[in-house]
Formats: sequence, C-alpha cells, structure tokens
Amino acid sequence: MIGAKAKALVGRIRNGREGALAGVLLYIVAALLLMNWLSQPGLRDAPWYPLISALGFAAFLASLLLIYYVSLAGAVRALLGAVTLLVLLPVLGVRNTFLLEVATQVGIFAAMALGLNIVVGFAGLLDLGYVAFYAVGAYLWAIFGSPQANVAFGTNRFPLAPEWFFVFLFLAVGVAALTGILLGLPVLRLRGDYLAIVTLAFGEVIRVIVNNLDKPINLTNGPQGIRPIQRPPLFFKPWLETVGIRLDEPVLYGLYFYFLVLLVIGFAVLLTRRLEDSWVGRAWTAIREDELAAQVMGIPLVRMKLAAFATGASFAGAMGMIFAAKQYFINPESFTFMESIGILVMVIVGGMGSIPGAIVGATVVTILNLQILKGLSLMLSKLRQAGFVVPLINFPLSQWPTQLEPAKYERLIFGILLILMMILRPQGLIPERRHRMELAEALGREEAIAERLPVEEELPPVVAAPEAKPMRD
Amino acid sequence: MRRLRESVLYQAVAVPLLQLILFVVISLLVIGSITLFLAVLFNRPVAGGMTLLQFVVRTLPQVAIDGLVIGFLYAMIALGYTMVYGVLEFINFAHSEIFMVGAFIGVELMLALAIPSTAPLTLIMAGILLAVVAGMVGSGLLAVAVERIAYRPLRGAPRLVPLISAIGVSFFLQDAVRAIEGLLNNAFYRNYPSFPILNEQVPIATLYIAGQPIPMQIQAKVIFIIAASLLMLTGLNYLVNATRLGRAIRAVAQDRPTAALMGVHVDRIIMLTFLIGGALGGATGVLFGIRVGRIDPYVGFIPGIKAFTAAVLGGIGNITGAMLGGIVLGVLEGFAGAYLSQFTGGAFGTEYKDIFAFLILILILMFRPTGLLGEAVGQKA
Repeated sequence: MIGAKAKALVGRIRNGREGALAGVLLYIVAALLLMNWLSQPGLRDAPWYPLISALGFAAFLASLLLIYYVSLAGAVRALLGAVTLLVLLPVLGVRNTFLLEVATQVGIFAAMALGLNIVVGFAGLLDLGYVAFYAVGAYLWAIFGSPQANVAFGTNRFPLAPEWFFVFLFLAVGVAALTGILLGLPVLRLRGDYLAIVTLAFGEVIRVIVNNLDKPINLTNGPQGIRPIQRPPLFFKPWLETVGIRLDEPVLYGLYFYFLVLLVIGFAVLLTRRLEDSWVGRAWTAIREDELAAQVMGIPLVRMKLAAFATGASFAGAMGMIFAAKQYFINPESFTFMESIGILVMVIVGGMGSIPGAIVGATVVTILNLQILKGLSLMLSKLRQAGFVVPLINFPLSQWPTQLEPAKYERLIFGILLILMMILRPQGLIPERRHRMELAEALGREEAIAERLPVEEELPPVVAAPEAKPMRD
Repeated sequence: MRRLRESVLYQAVAVPLLQLILFVVISLLVIGSITLFLAVLFNRPVAGGMTLLQFVVRTLPQVAIDGLVIGFLYAMIALGYTMVYGVLEFINFAHSEIFMVGAFIGVELMLALAIPSTAPLTLIMAGILLAVVAGMVGSGLLAVAVERIAYRPLRGAPRLVPLISAIGVSFFLQDAVRAIEGLLNNAFYRNYPSFPILNEQVPIATLYIAGQPIPMQIQAKVIFIIAASLLMLTGLNYLVNATRLGRAIRAVAQDRPTAALMGVHVDRIIMLTFLIGGALGGATGVLFGIRVGRIDPYVGFIPGIKAFTAAVLGGIGNITGAMLGGIVLGVLEGFAGAYLSQFTGGAFGTEYKDIFAFLILILILMFRPTGLLGEAVGQKA
C-alpha cells in the first residue's frame, strides 16, 4: 500500500512539475551546501581555494539559469528567482563579502552588457567605445560628489550631500544619453565598420581627455584620479537596527550597492524587453537585418540609430555612477579600450540581441576575470612558494616565469573567445528569440514557433542553416 | 621621349616616385604655411626670449622631417589596411598586431646577431636589412595564417562577424607575443640594440632666416627609414600596377565574381594580398622599432588606428591614397605634437596629438567619407 503510493509519487515526480521543482530546490540546496562547506575557515589558505570558490559561486549562480529554463509556472519561477537573488545571495554575501563584491560587479557589467546589447544586438551598430559613456557617468558623480569640484570651480560647496546621489543618478542617465546623441549625430550615417573605428576613436578621446584634464583647469585630477567619492545615504540603517540587524558599515554599503544594482538591472531588463517588442525594437531589428530595406519601409534611420545609442549609453551612465560611488576612487585606468572589449565579449558570448544572453555573458566573463584568472594566479604563486614540482614532467614551479601570470592574460582569453564564438557559434550561448524562431523555421519546426518554446538543445550551429542571419548583412 | 613614357619602368616606378615626392612637398608646404600663418596671427613672446613666430621658424625644418618619418611609417601600415579593404571590404583590425609581431621578429633577430655597437656602418646596415627581411617574411606568413584561420571561414557571413573575429585576433596576438616573450625572457618588452653611428645628426643644409643660421639636421637612421620606405612604396606601386599579380589584385578588388569568372584564383589572390600587406607591415614594424628603440606587445595599437585613419583620409581601398593619407597625417601630427603646447600657452600639450588624429578621422568621415583621393564606393552586394 505504502509502496504503491510511494511509487505513484515517484512517478509523478519523474514526469510532473513537482519533479522539476524538486530538482531545482535540490540543486539550490546542494549549491548552498557547497558554498557553506567552502566557507570553512580552514580551507581559505589552500592554494586551490580561490578557484574552487569561484566554481562554487558560478554553480550557485547557475541555479538562476536553471530557474529560468525549468518548465514551471511563471509565478513559481519568479518566487524562486527572487528568493535566490534577494535572500540567499545577500546572506552568502554577508558571510563572504568578496562574493558580494563579485556579485555587484557582475550586476554592473550585466547592466552595461544589456545596454550594449541594445546597440550591437538589436540595432547592429558595433560600438567599440562603449566604456566612454560609463566614464561620463562615473566622472559626473566623482567630480561633484567629491571635493574635486572645489578645485575646479574655486568654491567650497562640494562635495554635495549624499542625498544628491539619487538626483545625479537621473542626471547621469540624461548626460550619458546626451553624449550618445552628440557622438551619434555625426557618425551614425556611416557604414557599420567605419562606425566601429570611430566609436573606438571616441572612446580613446574621452580617455585621453580625462587623463589630461588636470590642466588648464583641474577637472578630473588627471591620472591620479579622484577620491574620496561620496556614497549614497544609508537611510535604512535605523530601520534595520530597530529590526535588530546590526552590520558593519562596509558590509552595509556592500549590500546597499548590490540591491541598488539589482534594482537598476531589473529596470533595465524590463525596459529592454518592452523595447524589444515595441515598434522601436522592431525598427532596430529591421535596420540590423537590412538598412536599405528598412529605409525604404519608412523607418527614420538616423533617429532610430540615435535612439539605440542614447538608450545604450544611458545604462552605462547610470552604472558608471554607481561604480564611482562603490569604488570610492576612480581614475582613467578603469575606462580603457580593454573594458569596452570586455563588455563586447559579454554580449557576444551570451548572444547578440538576447537579454538573458547578455546577463549570462556578463556573469561568465566577470567571474572568469575577477575570480578564475585571479584565482589561478594566486594558486600559482602559492604553489610556487611551496616549492611544488609538476609531476610526470618533473618541472619545478619555481622556475615558471613570473611574467606568465594568468591574471595578466585576459586579452588572450577575450581574443580566443571572440574568434571561437564567431567561427563556431555566432549566435551566442543563448541565442535571441527571433534567431531561435528563424532557426526553427529553417528546420521546419512549426510547432516550436507556435509555442515559442526554447528549442536550442538540438540545434546545429548557425552554419548549417544558411537562412539564419545573426546580423545585418 | 615617347618610348620613355611608354616604358614600364617610367610608368610604374618614376611616376609613383615623383607622385610621392609631390605629396611630401605639397603637404609640407600647406601645413607649414598654415602653421606660419597661425604663428603670425597669434604672435606673442614665449619662453626662451623668443616670439612665437621665431620659435616656429627656428624649429620648423626639424618638425617637418620628424613628421615626415612618422608619415612614411603610417603610409606603409595604411597600405596593409587599404589593400585588404580593397579586395575584401573588411577592416583587418589585426593588422596593427601583424606590425607589432614584425617589430618583435626584428628585435629578436638583431639581438641574436649581436652586432657590436661600434661595428662599421655597412655591417650594421646589413644587420638591419636582414631584420627587415625577417620581419617581412614572418609578418607576411602570419597575416596569411590569420586570414586562413580566422577570416576565411567567415567569408560571406554578415559584415560585423569577421570584424569581431579580427578584434579577437588582435587581442590574441598581443597576449600571445607577451606570453612568448615572458616565457623566453621573463619580460614583455624588448629594446632594439642602439648604434651610436645611427643616432648621429647629419647636417644637410643651413637656412638663413632674418640673418640667423638655422641648421637642418637629420638623424642617420631617419635617412635609412625614409629611403627604405620610398623603396618599398615604389616597389609596391610597381607590383600592383605593372605585374600580372597586381592586375589580378586590382581585378578582385573591382569585382570578385567577375574576376573569378575571368580565371583569377580569388582565394590565392586574397592570400597574396594578406601576404603583401603583412610583409609591408612587418618591415614597418622593424623600422618603427629602430626609431623608437623599446617595443612591447601593445605598441601596435595606436599606430594601427592612426594608419587606418590615414587610409580613410586618403580614401580607403586606394593605394596612392593611403600613401598620401599617411604622409599628411604624419606631418599634421608632427606639427600638432610640436606646436600645440606653445600655441595654447601650455593649456593643451603633446598629449592631445592622438586626439588630433581621431578628430581628423571623425571630420573626414563626416564631410568627405570617400577620403582625399577616393571615389564614391557603394556597398558591395
């Protein structure tokens, strides 16, 4: 009797939604247990700790992907996602502030990848100087939210009070969008590959200007950078204390920025999704697929491209400002061509035009950069100090050249990623919905289109389906 | 006379050479006189007890020569961009790294040869020549390999796909060279051996302006660089305009399908275009290294963008245009670098000379996207 009931339950779990839910929950619990095991104090000094910790964190974040893809009711998925992002991750972050820092950085890059995704993925305009808008946002707050403005304008009214942060957040969005329009106006009439070089040049121009604007008036303090930058007000601290939660100020700020970034991303995703299906989004797709045809159909090319540029830029502006406040200190080093390419890699790895793709790409690349490469370097140096000898080939690690540190080779990784993605999977890890539909159409899977189901698991790479065009021809 | 005019040597060597010299003279005259005009306009006392005009007049010849050298280097790199663009309509973003690899091959060879710094001039010249040839061979082959691996599989894909792949190649090569140098020498930069005899100032003339003698000097290695560039630019002109291969390249650039129908082996021509462009880039890398001394894996980036600017300035896809664009840009930049600080009273210094090139790029693309010598090019179907 009990056996039959259990059998029925197992059967239901195996092919029903309960099974999916149980699987997801099981995965999350397993990931949490792994993270918990990793937080033992004894493990921290082990050479492989940073690497394993990075992989554990990535496994934990992968649960969000699982939640996204599992076939459960929307409300359940939303609940699971919210619990993971709003409860589990902050708790992990309070226990290990480095994870919170990584998560916030992932969020900042994810929002920028979403912005660049609008420009590159939706409208098909290759922007290689995207980081310029990030710099505009960052320096806007850095100058007025620090004593730097006193030096520049000869007053003593600065830094502005922390409350101004929120005013400037909107201002940063506006100023970055305006910069995008000003840059776009002269160059958006150009063909795609010219545009790429001009945006690259523009990014360099902004960097050089920022680097040298310590004279004739000292606006940016040149290569020394600006510090200290005002942080937003901790208005909720008394509330937390009445509930009985007491945390150190750095942790509090860490959580604060994490939630702030999460809020902005939520807004960005919402906006991007609405835009994607709106007439603006469809106009962008039309421009990307065939500029001439789009123009013939009456789409105002320049205005639409400007809209894409401005929207993308505004995301970067907001994130730049949050970045400046979070870092407490900024200098031109944070706004190099490398950063622009990093964000481009995120968009391309994830899949041009794909919203979940941009977020996954940002997560993968940021964890690779901040945790895995650095972790490898750390592991190498610890092993070297310990006099480790590589078995089989009998190579003492102390002879490994110090120049060959994995953390210094992100360009190598980015380069290989870009080439391989273009050759093997130009549509990215999580292809855009329209691409998936096109691919499905090419393979004669009408039922998949009708249901708009994700069908990527058995799809061959885009090479096999000549009808699929990832971008404007 | 008529026989002379019809001879290949005249058409493919003398005319381009004269054209080059004409470009040099014209750009120097135009930019020099604009500078002088501005100096007269804003004349005021500057440091050293001179007026601005006196300062400009005194330094003008030297600045012109320096600008010319940069200009020739840009012109040679720009040729690599413009030739590939001509046949494939594609910006070979990795060309700046092909150039950088050439500089590294050259420096490794020079260091391996270990020519003593007091060696006679002929021996030094032979060493440099060998380095240039090695740089040409290495970079040319590398360019071909890059084309084969990273671009050919993407031919026919949407425009942005090969461009992104090229950016990837560029980044990959930077760090690959860094890794190799790190593995071999545990340092990521290398210094070209310096030869005192090459740094000597050779007086070429003395100008008398308002009774004051202004010596015009030129560094020995600069003479070498200019001579080598002239030789290579003329050689390339000969190759493109007077040989079968050149005709095939021009045919592919004009119309690929028709060229294929006429029996041109398109893939091979594209490969050879990369080989020639890469070889020129490699040679330029070695010359550049000799000029600046110290090189690192990121040394190609800025000259690469500027050379691309030069190619656009002259009209991309146009070989003569690339030479003109390079010379004009180099001279402009030389003047901007030398005088910007003095003209603005120290507010904007030499740091802004890079911006200068980019501003020019943006301005040309706005007002004359076809460049100085370009014709309107439609998007290839």
